Amino acid sequence: MPRRAALFLLLAPLLPAAAARGAVGDPAERLADPALEARARAIGRELRCLVCQNQSIEDSNADLARDLRRLVRERIAAGASDAEVVRFVHARYGDFVLLRPPLTAATALLWAMPALALAGGGAAILLALRRRRAAPDAAVETAPLSEAERARLAALEAEGGERRPS
Amino acid sequence: MIPELGHFALALACAVALAQGVLPLVGAARGDARLIALAPPLAAAQALAAFAAFVALAWSFAVNDTTVLGVVQNSHSAKPLLYKLTGTWGNHEGSMVLWVLILALCGGAVAGFGRRLPGALQARVLAVLAWIAVGFLLFILATSNPFRRVWPPAPDGQGLNPVLQDPGLAFHPPLLYLGYVGFAVTFAFAVAALLEGRVDAAWGRWVRPWALAAWAFLTLGIALGSWWAYYELGWGGFWFWDPVENASLLPWLAGTALLHSAIVVEKREALKVWTVLLALLAFALSLLGTFLVRSGVLNSVHAFASDPARGVFILVLLALYVGGGFALFAARAPALAPAGVFAPLSREGALVLNNLFLCSIGAVVLSGTLYPLFADLVLGVKISVGPPFFHTAILPLAAPLLLAMPIGTLLPWKRARLWPVLQRLWWAALAAAGALLLALALAGARVWPALGFAAAAWLIGGAAADLADRLALFRRPAAAWARARGLPRAAWGAALAHAGLGLTLAGIAGMGLATEALVALRPGESARLAGYTWRLEAVRDVAGPNWSARRATVTVGRDGAVVAVLEPERRFFPLGRQTTTEAAIATDLLRDLYAVLGEERDGAAILRLHHNPLAPWIWLGAAVMALGGGLSLSDRRVRVAAPAPRGATVPA
Repeated sequence: MPRRAALFLLLAPLLPAAAARGAVGDPAERLADPALEARARAIGRELRCLVCQNQSIEDSNADLARDLRRLVRERIAAGASDAEVVRFVHARYGDFVLLRPPLTAATALLWAMPALALAGGGAAILLALRRRRAAPDAAVETAPLSEAERARLAALEAEGGERRPS
Repeated sequence: MIPELGHFALALACAVALAQGVLPLVGAARGDARLIALAPPLAAAQALAAFAAFVALAWSFAVNDTTVLGVVQNSHSAKPLLYKLTGTWGNHEGSMVLWVLILALCGGAVAGFGRRLPGALQARVLAVLAWIAVGFLLFILATSNPFRRVWPPAPDGQGLNPVLQDPGLAFHPPLLYLGYVGFAVTFAFAVAALLEGRVDAAWGRWVRPWALAAWAFLTLGIALGSWWAYYELGWGGFWFWDPVENASLLPWLAGTALLHSAIVVEKREALKVWTVLLALLAFALSLLGTFLVRSGVLNSVHAFASDPARGVFILVLLALYVGGGFALFAARAPALAPAGVFAPLSREGALVLNNLFLCSIGAVVLSGTLYPLFADLVLGVKISVGPPFFHTAILPLAAPLLLAMPIGTLLPWKRARLWPVLQRLWWAALAAAGALLLALALAGARVWPALGFAAAAWLIGGAAADLADRLALFRRPAAAWARARGLPRAAWGAALAHAGLGLTLAGIAGMGLATEALVALRPGESARLAGYTWRLEAVRDVAGPNWSARRATVTVGRDGAVVAVLEPERRFFPLGRQTTTEAAIATDLLRDLYAVLGEERDGAAILRLHHNPLAPWIWLGAAVMALGGGLSLSDRRVRVAAPAPRGATVPA
């Protein structure tokens, strides 16, 4: 969406002067039944205005968005369920129209990201914890061996050396 | 003449930065006190030169010097002086000059406030900052000269985009840049620590104020942008998960994590490696945001490919700084010995959990932002990733984070038991349950907003419980006042920031209950929405300094009494032939009445009316968060941070 793009980039080239702004929609295109209209709006927020930048058809003044809004309302008025309407639009315009990308081989990585990030981070933390518990605790809690202990260790090592053929 | 002086000042800043990047670094490596001592004056000189360049550019805009290309393209003599000045950074070239100015000023601040820093550490920090400055100054001088002249001069400028003539947007970039660039300082501290091979509690104490300041500014900058989108775009929305918005959210998430893990370094000398990594990451994400936004690659791969000079330049800078930082990290991090043992259930453990979830959210936002690009270039598939994805993917990560937040602040350091902490939070839990039931009773079976209100009550109640606990408010009420005065400001700040997030959540939950209507009214007719009667009185012409407008007068009444008079406008800017809508908003802090004027036909005006419960709390909460950051920053312990006077501990 050109105007929103301006928000963080202030990039003049991205703000075409002819952009259709200022229009707020048309009451005539809405459904008379508020419950049906609410459903249509909820569906519309899931559908992308294909010629806009990351804008749903409910938030765009582009002609295409208006056509799609009308299409959604026609299907709803004809008695289609929410899923049927989305499927209808999806079949016509492809994956690009869905703001919630469908789960396919291409988007599996995207949808797995929350679990991957959490699992990866959790594994890293566990690993660090284990390493820390192994390292500094050992360093802190191991006092140097006394004379007697050292002698006993030497004796044990000598014993082991004899028993194990090398 | 003045533009040439400005251009010269930019080149001078670049030369000074080059010296600042080399000499102190050599000095610190050789232990040469004279070279080390060069760093602060060089940083001051660079700040002065960058300031001179910025003033020269602002002057060109103020006097509408139409021999300067940037002025011709972006300004106009009929514009109010304020917007002429803010127009200085309302374009690509000028905004990069602002970026460099803020970076140089931060360097000056490190030189000025950092007198207690060990000399070698300060020299290394300033040198790293200087290398960042060199890169961006070269970028400006090579690809985006703001002082380019045109001859013959144009009769007048082509006008700033009307969308940008707005106070919210005028001050949005400086705040955002203060945040981005603040993370450059924490990045420089991290790199300097890696060069020295030493991270200790003192380092944590020096880094935290910078992380706090950057975070607070970024919070304000994002909030201002979101507020602007709310009142200016006229759709009643406040966050769209747009790539440019995500680009600013990413460093915020990493910065929030950094802020918390730096506490652990400061207090317990644990999480050192991780904190250094986060400091690198926060700035890497700031740079990534700059690249994504400046190159235009997200909007169209083809636009990027047709004019790649700027994008490729920033990409190279990104690769150098981030790659260099991470390579250094890989080489040196193993040498940073971990210290400060703690049990999983402890304050440290809670802060680790905070970092895990914040970084996971960051990973989701990052992949969601870049995935369409990745899918297009690598997989050859065109997909869209929009708000429905982000809501679905982030909620499972945000919910545990919010649930754990009040518990974590009450856990003691090192080793904790859960049950005593939960006992102290019972009334926060009660408040959350009350909010849930109240929301369900008042607004009907709207589960998500109700859960949002419950989370908000949980956070605010948790912050209050934290304070009550520290003040011993219930155990020894008589001494509470004395304890309140003795409580460090950082504790107040933390509680305030957490409560601020609660306010923001309440606002977002309130927006979940928003209602709207699209109506065509003739003067004298009225519509009903959310229990209010919205009556269109008249529509008339109005003239502004560089625009003309149609302005509607809508009186909003309830039970026969007038509650508010709204005057939404449609403005026409003859220069550039643009139309904007100016939404009219009346707020009593509990709800916004919001009206937008559309087209007129057959004597009727189209109006979109919104009733947005608690909407102002979204930005109010952000302001409270930033205030909490500022309060922490003013803590005496932060200000008198360094234990050793300068030069006393010069490490080898």
